[in-house]
Amino acid sequence: MIELDPAETFRQEAADLLDSLETILLDLGQTPQDRDLIDAAFRALHTIKGSGSMFGFDRVAAFTHDFETAFDLIRKGKIDANRDIVTVSLAAKDYIRTLIDDPDSTDPIIGEAIVEELHRLIDGGTEAVPAGGIEPAPEPAAASAGWRIEIAFEPGILRNGTNPLVLLDDLRALGPCEVEADLGKVPELDALDPESCLISWVVTLQSACSRDEIEDVFMFVRDEMKLVVTPLDEAAPISFPPLDMSLPADEPEPGMTAPNAALAPKAATAPERPAIASEKAEPGRRNEDKGSTVRVQAERLDELMDRVGELVIAQARLSQIAHSGTDLAIKAIAEEIERLASGLRDTTMGVRMVPMGSLFGRFRRLVHDLSRDLGKPVDFVTVGEETEMDKTMIERLADPLVHLIRNAIDHGIESADRRSQTAKSATGRIELAARYVGAQVLVTVQDDGAGLDTARIRAKAEENGLIQPGASLSEHEIHQFLFHPGFSTAKTISALSGRGVGMDVVKRTIEAMRGTIDLTTIPGHGSSVTLRLPLTLAIIDGLLIRVGEGRYIIPLSAVEECIELTAADEARAKGRSFLSVRGELVPFLRLRDLFEAEGEADPHQKVIVTSIGDTRIGLVVDQIIGSHQTVIKSLSKLHSDVTMFSGATILGDGSAALILDVAQLVTLGQVRAESDRTPEAA
Amino acid sequence: MGQLQMPQAAAAGAPPVQDASLQVLMVGLGNEIFAIETDMVREIIDPVPVTRVAGARPFLPALVNVRGNVVPLADLRIRFGMPRTQQTADTRIVVIEAEIDGDAVTLGLLADKVYEVTEVSGRQAQQTPRLGNHWRPEFIRFITKWNDEFVIVPDMARILG
Repeated sequence: MIELDPAETFRQEAADLLDSLETILLDLGQTPQDRDLIDAAFRALHTIKGSGSMFGFDRVAAFTHDFETAFDLIRKGKIDANRDIVTVSLAAKDYIRTLIDDPDSTDPIIGEAIVEELHRLIDGGTEAVPAGGIEPAPEPAAASAGWRIEIAFEPGILRNGTNPLVLLDDLRALGPCEVEADLGKVPELDALDPESCLISWVVTLQSACSRDEIEDVFMFVRDEMKLVVTPLDEAAPISFPPLDMSLPADEPEPGMTAPNAALAPKAATAPERPAIASEKAEPGRRNEDKGSTVRVQAERLDELMDRVGELVIAQARLSQIAHSGTDLAIKAIAEEIERLASGLRDTTMGVRMVPMGSLFGRFRRLVHDLSRDLGKPVDFVTVGEETEMDKTMIERLADPLVHLIRNAIDHGIESADRRSQTAKSATGRIELAARYVGAQVLVTVQDDGAGLDTARIRAKAEENGLIQPGASLSEHEIHQFLFHPGFSTAKTISALSGRGVGMDVVKRTIEAMRGTIDLTTIPGHGSSVTLRLPLTLAIIDGLLIRVGEGRYIIPLSAVEECIELTAADEARAKGRSFLSVRGELVPFLRLRDLFEAEGEADPHQKVIVTSIGDTRIGLVVDQIIGSHQTVIKSLSKLHSDVTMFSGATILGDGSAALILDVAQLVTLGQVRAESDRTPEAA
Repeated sequence: MGQLQMPQAAAAGAPPVQDASLQVLMVGLGNEIFAIETDMVREIIDPVPVTRVAGARPFLPALVNVRGNVVPLADLRIRFGMPRTQQTADTRIVVIEAEIDGDAVTLGLLADKVYEVTEVSGRQAQQTPRLGNHWRPEFIRFITKWNDEFVIVPDMARILG
C-alpha cells in the first residue's frame, strides 16, 4: 500500500543529518578543540556522501566529498576549527541542503566558492598544506608493502543493517586486497542463525595508504568489531592456504588475535580493544540512548487523532444513552469504554507531543548569523528544551519566535560599544525558555538589552494618530502599540526589522493558537516577551451555551465569569451595549442579534464575560448548558469566509456545534463600542 | 476568484462534447434534474439535524455531522435561484467530494429527490440553451437528455468557488 521512495528516505535522513550537523558545527564554534564534535561532524558528512551517491544524488556526493576532504584536515588535528571555518561550513551545509531539495535552483559555482573558501581558511591555518594539497600525507610507518587487517564483527552486526561485504569492498578501493574468511565459528546448518555474522576475515592490503584511511572504512562499526591493523613488515609471516570451504573449519587463522573474544558478547570485548582502536565518544549517537524511535508521517497522526476524536464523541453518546436507561450491564460497559477512550485520547495526544528542543535548535543558527551580520556578539541560552507541545503547535510557533529573536538582537541588544559604556559585558545575552504552567506552556524570549523606549513608542503613536497628544496612558498600554499593524519605531529600515510588519503578525498568530502575548521591559536591563500557549490545538475545554435554537462552544480559557443580565442592566444600557462589571465598563454583544436567532429570547439572559489579553467583552446568551470537552474540527474551506467561528465540534447527541472565535468577537465588540462612543463625544 | 478558476474556464471554453459517456447520479432539485458525476459522490444519507452557520454564504447555510466529520451542507437551489421547498420523505443529503483550488473538499448537497445512477453521453450534450433566464451559464458544464428530460450537468468547482 505504501511505497517507500528510496530517494525520499534519503532526503529525510539527510535532513536529520544536516540538522544535527548544524548543531554540531554551532557547538564547534564554541568549543573548537572538541574532538568528539569534529568526529561527529565528519561522520555526518561521510554518511551523507555515502548514501547520497547510493541514491543517485551525485552532485551532493561530489560536493560533500570535497567538503569532507577539507574537514578531514581539521579532524586530523592539522588545524583548529575556528569561527570562520564554522561559518563557511554552515554555508556548505546549506548548500548541501539546496542540492538535495532543489538542485536546479543552484549553481555549482557556489559550491566551488565554498570549497575554495574552506581551503583558503585551512591553508591559512596550516601554512603547510598547498592549495590543492588536501590529500593527507601518508603515514611514515606505512610501509609501501601494505597492511594486514584482521576483522571480526560482533555476531549481531547484520541485524543493525551493516553489510560486511560492503566494508570489504571499501577496503578493496584502497588497493589490491587478498581477503580470507575464517568460517571456524559457523555452526552446522541446523544450528545456523542466518542473521548472525560468525565469519571473520583477514585482509592483506597492498597499498601505501595510511592507517587512518583503513580505520575510516570501519568508522561506523568500530564499537561493534575487533579490528587489528598491522603493517605487513611486522605481521606474522603471511600464509594463504587455499580457502577451505568444507564446514566447519577447525583451525582459526594463525595470527588472528582472540577470535573467540571477538565473537563473545560486547561487554567481554570492550576492555581488550585492539591496540590501535582510538577512543571514540559518540556525540552523534547520543540520541540512541533515549530508546528507539519510529518515524511516522504527520498525516497519520492527524488521522489517528481524528479517529480518537470520533471515538470520544461516540463514547459520549453511549454514556448518555446508558445513563438514561436502567440497564446496569450497559452502564458498566459504558463506564469501561469511557475510561478506555480517555486513556486512548491521552496516549494519542502524547504521541503528538514533541520536545521544544527540536524547535529551539533551529534558532541557534539564526542567532549565530544575526550576531555576525550585526556585529553584536550574543550568547544564546535555551532553557526547558524538554518541554513538550503538540507538533502542529511547535510548527506554528517557529515564525513568531524567529521574529521575536530577531527583534531582540536587532532592537534589544545594544551595540558592543554602547554596552561597554554601561556595566554590561560586551556580549549580549538572549534567553529562550519554555516551561509548563498548569495546562499551558509559557515561552519567553528575554534579552539583556536596553529595554523598550516608552517615550519613543508614545511619540510614534501620536505621530500615527493612534493617540491624542498628552493622553494619559500607562506604560503597559503604550507598549501595546507595538502590536499595532504597521507600527515601527526603528529609525532605519534594516534587512531584518523596522518595516512594521511583524509584531502584529506575531500577535495574531499567537492568538490564532488560542495563546496570549505579553511584553515586559525594564529600561536599561532588557525586555522579555512571554507567550502563553495551550498544550494542544486538538482538544479544548469549552463552555456549552445556547443561543436561540443553536448550541455553541466558548473556549473556557477565554471565559472570565458568567453573570445574569438584569433588567436594571438592560435599562441602563439603553440600547448602548455597555455593562458595568464591578465598576468597570465592559462592552457586550447580543449573540441572538449577531447569529440572527429565531424565536423568543429567554427571559433571563446570561452574560459570559470573555477576555483576550486585556480586552474584555460580554457575550449575551440564552442559556449556559455547562462545560464540554471539545474535540476541535476545523471548518471546511468552503466556510473560510466565516469569521465569528473558529471551528466546530460534535455534541453528545451527534449534532454539530460551532466554536466561537472569541478574538474576532472581541474585535467586533470593540468596533461597536467605538461607534457607540463616537456619537457621545460628538 | 477569477484566476482560481482558470483550468475550468479553459475546459468550458472548449465545446462540451465528450465522446466517453459519463456515469452520473440523477438528483432532483426543485423542478430540475441534475446529473452529478458518480466519481464525486461519496454516499447518500437521510436528512440529519443541521447546524446553522451565521455569516456564511447563503447557499452554504449549515453544517452536518457525517460519520464524525463536520461538513458544510450546500443548498444548490439557492445558488440557482430556485425557491426553497419543504423537506419531504424523499429529501436526502448527497455527500460529495469536490476539488476546489487543488484541495479535495467534502460537502453535503441537499437533494429533493435522488433517482438513480445512470450513464449520460456527451454526444447528446447541448450547448447551455434557453432555460437560463435566471441561471448563470457558467455554473453549468452542459445539458443533456435522460428519459426525454433535460438534465443539467453542473460545474461544481464553479458553483462552490
